[in-house]
Amino acid sequence: MDLLNLKRITDYEWELPKQEDMRVPGMIYGNRQIIEHLKEDVRLGKDWNALKQIANVACLPGIQKASIALSDVHPGYGFPIGGVGAFDEEEGVITMGGIGFDINCSVTSLKTSLKEEDIRKKAKPLLDSLFKTVPAGLGSTGKVRLNLHQIDEVLIGGAEWAIENGYGIEEDLEYIEENGRVKDANPENVSEKAKQRQFKEIGTLGSGNHYLEVQYVAEIYDQEAAEVYDLKKGDVLVSFHCGSRALGHQIGTDYLKILAETTKKYGIKIRDRELVCAPINSEEGQKYFSAVCCGINCAFANHEVLTHLVRKGFKEVFPDEELPKFYSIGHNTCKKEYHEVDGKKKLLYVHRKGSTRAFGPGREEIPKKYRKIGQPVLVGGTMGTCSFILRGTEKGMNATFGSAIHGAGRAMSRKKAKHQYRGDRLLKELENKGIYVRGHSMAGIAEEAPGAYKDIVNVVECMDKSGIAKKVAMLKPIINIKG
Amino acid sequence: MDYELLDHEADIGIRGYGNTIEEAFENGAKAMFSVMIDLDEVNPQKNVEIKCEAPDIEALFIEWLNELLTKKDIEEMSFSEFKVKINKNDLYTLKGVASGERFDQKKHKPKIEVKAATYSGLKIGKKDEKIYIQCVVDV
Repeated sequence: MDLLNLKRITDYEWELPKQEDMRVPGMIYGNRQIIEHLKEDVRLGKDWNALKQIANVACLPGIQKASIALSDVHPGYGFPIGGVGAFDEEEGVITMGGIGFDINCSVTSLKTSLKEEDIRKKAKPLLDSLFKTVPAGLGSTGKVRLNLHQIDEVLIGGAEWAIENGYGIEEDLEYIEENGRVKDANPENVSEKAKQRQFKEIGTLGSGNHYLEVQYVAEIYDQEAAEVYDLKKGDVLVSFHCGSRALGHQIGTDYLKILAETTKKYGIKIRDRELVCAPINSEEGQKYFSAVCCGINCAFANHEVLTHLVRKGFKEVFPDEELPKFYSIGHNTCKKEYHEVDGKKKLLYVHRKGSTRAFGPGREEIPKKYRKIGQPVLVGGTMGTCSFILRGTEKGMNATFGSAIHGAGRAMSRKKAKHQYRGDRLLKELENKGIYVRGHSMAGIAEEAPGAYKDIVNVVECMDKSGIAKKVAMLKPIINIKG
Repeated sequence: MDYELLDHEADIGIRGYGNTIEEAFENGAKAMFSVMIDLDEVNPQKNVEIKCEAPDIEALFIEWLNELLTKKDIEEMSFSEFKVKINKNDLYTLKGVASGERFDQKKHKPKIEVKAATYSGLKIGKKDEKIYIQCVVDV
């Protein structure tokens, strides 16, 4: 397969032409620099490279339009990170590689009524309070304890379960993707092991690239959209990134094995073992989908409990702050959605691995308040740079099934980052820049060094220039807690 | 060298070496736990039995690692020593023992959590007269 011969459509859209077993072409939304980085991995003959993964996904049965990669693309397992694949309900498959082990790893943003200078005055006590209130790091456990019966309620109820149990408020639901609960969750299709692993993990942040950040609006790019989103320069938001925790990991682990069998049973040809899958309209396919929905709801519940904890920690320092929900989006999901293909409306199973839903204006899934300009797309940056709020577009609906980037995307391996950076030095440097970072692991902080990531400004620019998602605001960190 | 970590942009590659495939499995598990905790700080005083099976030896490695992650979470353990015995009948079956102690956030110096072992980069090879087995773990 010739992975190096990419066709330039525009400066920000590149096609990997259909060849050999590919059923659709690959489409990459990035600039020349991003494309060259991808090609370099191929030239170096790396064991894993994103272009090969884009091509592998394009070979799966029932894939629609294109195997898509967004500008934060980097090698994953099965799908590339920053990958999108939509599959026809009748002929298509649902695949492990398009969802992964951290099901519905998501970003929630809460709005404060404060300004940057208010936080600066109390940055250290606020950091202390949030660090104490929100459990994070490897092996941490939450205050919520569940048994086998209760956990089923979590998997069916999602954020609604949390609210019924005193975490979060009714008004939050409007501002969560899927209103905090997907319908097709059936806990019978989730193993007891998966449920047991989750007993103490609700309301915990996790580790790795998971974080909690207090940030302020540093720049507005689109005045009209900013007004609809109610964002002004200097406004302060609190955002956090985490997923379905161990339950999601175990669903992935269990179905990796089950789907390996079904791939064989149905004679599906896959080019990477991590792309194990099942036909969507098979019993196994539907079981996996319902288990993924359980994982999605578990993450929604987890985010709602964390929302409650963040509010609690914040109130210790700013008692009048209610922190209403700005929006909550999900990565690593498979969702049933209607999209237009060849002029016809079709029900598709859209896989978003390390990418997020980014619906354009008018879609009824978007909260009423935001509907006329498209959904907010929360793009998490590194602890030392910045994050962005984008909005979904009509172009994105057609080109990427309403999907956009989820973050900056790594550019350096964790191993290299750990050699190159030192956690304690990084913290000092960041503090000198007015960014207060605290983590549960110095090694973890080094691995997440801003320099280990792609330049988020460039990655976001590619989304904006390609028209897939438009820039609304840039956020800069003041406080960052790493898991 | 018993094990090493490999470069991977998003996640981490782990590789275990051994004179036998069983030893490679044991050291692969060490590699994975070295991502999460400081192995030297763990006192291997409690044994936990692990059993798993798979249609081929590579898949068995993934089963082994994932079973360890499940046990680590449910029993809240840190593991540092491993013993593996592999048999082949219709399937490959593994009987193993993981040794460690209850997870201690202060003592074990937790680093980064491994969510799962994946089929990505999964392979068996030979280097300097030793067998190795490797895969990418999701962090």
